[in-house]
Amino acid sequence: MVDINWSPIWLTLQLAAITTVLLLIISTPLAWWLAHTKCWCKSVVEALVSLPLVIPPTVLGFYLLVILGSQGVVGELWQSLTGGHLAFTFTGLVIGSMIFSLPFAVHPLQNAFHAMGTRPLEVAATLRASPLDCFFSVIFPLARPGFLTAATLTFSHTVGEFGVVLMIGGSIPGKTQVLSIAIYEHVEMADFQTAHILSGVMLLFSFIILVALYAINKHLYQQGK
Amino acid sequence: MISEIHGSFHFKQGSFLLDIDFKIPGRGVTTIFGASGSGKTTLLRCIAGLEQAKSGFLKVNDCCWQDDSKFIPTYQRPLGYVFQEASLFSHLSVKKNLEYGLQRTPPEQHKLIFDEVVDLLGISTLLTRNPNNLSGGEKQRVAIARALLTSPKLLLMDEPMAALDDNSKAEILPYLERLHAELLIPILYITHTIAEVMRLADNVLLIDKGKLIGNGTLSEILTRLDLPLAHVYEAGVVIEAKVIEHDEEFHLTYLEFSGGRLSLGREDLLLGTKVRVVLNARDISLALENEVNSSILNTFRAIILEVAEESPGQLMVKLDVANTLLLTRITKKSWTLLNLQIGMSVYARVKSVALFNK
Repeated sequence: MVDINWSPIWLTLQLAAITTVLLLIISTPLAWWLAHTKCWCKSVVEALVSLPLVIPPTVLGFYLLVILGSQGVVGELWQSLTGGHLAFTFTGLVIGSMIFSLPFAVHPLQNAFHAMGTRPLEVAATLRASPLDCFFSVIFPLARPGFLTAATLTFSHTVGEFGVVLMIGGSIPGKTQVLSIAIYEHVEMADFQTAHILSGVMLLFSFIILVALYAINKHLYQQGK
Repeated sequence: MISEIHGSFHFKQGSFLLDIDFKIPGRGVTTIFGASGSGKTTLLRCIAGLEQAKSGFLKVNDCCWQDDSKFIPTYQRPLGYVFQEASLFSHLSVKKNLEYGLQRTPPEQHKLIFDEVVDLLGISTLLTRNPNNLSGGEKQRVAIARALLTSPKLLLMDEPMAALDDNSKAEILPYLERLHAELLIPILYITHTIAEVMRLADNVLLIDKGKLIGNGTLSEILTRLDLPLAHVYEAGVVIEAKVIEHDEEFHLTYLEFSGGRLSLGREDLLLGTKVRVVLNARDISLALENEVNSSILNTFRAIILEVAEESPGQLMVKLDVANTLLLTRITKKSWTLLNLQIGMSVYARVKSVALFNK
């Protein structure tokens, strides 16, 4: 039995979970605004959101490294505020992953909100529901398939990410060495057995997560009837 | 306390401008009537607070909902809104839809009881159903019940029957009439169908291109020759009458109204029942003498009040039958041949009578 370091798996799941939660919180108002705004700047914002889809991850990672690094604008600001660094840290990874997965969270939500229209909100308002109440009692349940898709895509996209993570996080074991990079390094060192085990575990885990998510959604959907 | 709704809105949306100031009684049904695009829905949305008019004022029975310094958001206004499409929440059952607003209304404001509202709208058998499986008429009845259960101080209805087929309309109208008869809530009801105005309205707001062109009681608005309602094909008047007698031999029913007695084909109604009767202008003719040798049973002595030209050959004439106003559409030729004059006493002969239960 080979001695396997499981920390990349744990780190990857942490990264994916934190990225998904934070990104959904940020994407919800952004997607809502994009779905309903008539502002001229909508196209510009949409293009910015979709940019990570078209540029190579290494290019995105490179720019992030420049901006988040200790010489970069954001990196310097962060350092003056917290005293810490962003590049080659877990926090930096989270920020990079969020930007990288932004379109995967915003697009499904935007579509769901667009399809829903503003009518359910207006109805809820005439039935005494405050905006916050309305979000949880009407918008969220109606747009749940959109939220589920957004969460699933963001999570899986983050788990599978390579280029951005390598650029901004490097490969510091236990700190920034995520699964995809760990597997790559095992393969580089011709350690196919460890690469096999790590890949297999990840494959199985991802499958179980997806099955569970879809089952939960089906259950909730039927409960609402 | 004066029971009155006073609103004033100046609201621009693209190239459309709504500029309206109105006062209506704080009870009964006021229909908002106008062509498509005249601003009816925009007005209703301003009243509901769904649109925020730049300069707006709204007072409902001594309670200010909006003025220059304050704007109460929709969810804090005690109103009910029935949209053109029922807009039920598809993720909730009928019962949960009904409870949605009820649960969000403070208990001390509850005036209507759940079971009573459900009975009033005839939806007790639908409670466990999913809204997606209801017919159009059923959906709209649930939507009305849902709005009522918030015990609103004002019920706003935006063409609730426009999206329905004739059968569903026929199914829902009696329930609307029951609302009118049994609830004290003032209702603002948008329609572009004159039959709905005649059937439901106590008062009418006439709107054209974002402006108010007429505001008054149903009878006033229907008979004002300077307004468009008196000149549509279905122009006529609505009179309130009471069933006083049935004639079994000739199979007739007699009604009494302030201008006299009307007979019509036997209706299965209890004596004393109040009904609304529509007398269409095209079904009334004029005669100088009360001809006994005529097949027409309903003839009234009338005075010519006013006349207006509708087309080169046609006139609309307004009559007074003992303080009840009637309209009749006649040809210019008849007017000249009979030598009719304003102020003249004539006989109005009513060929047919349409009746709405009340």
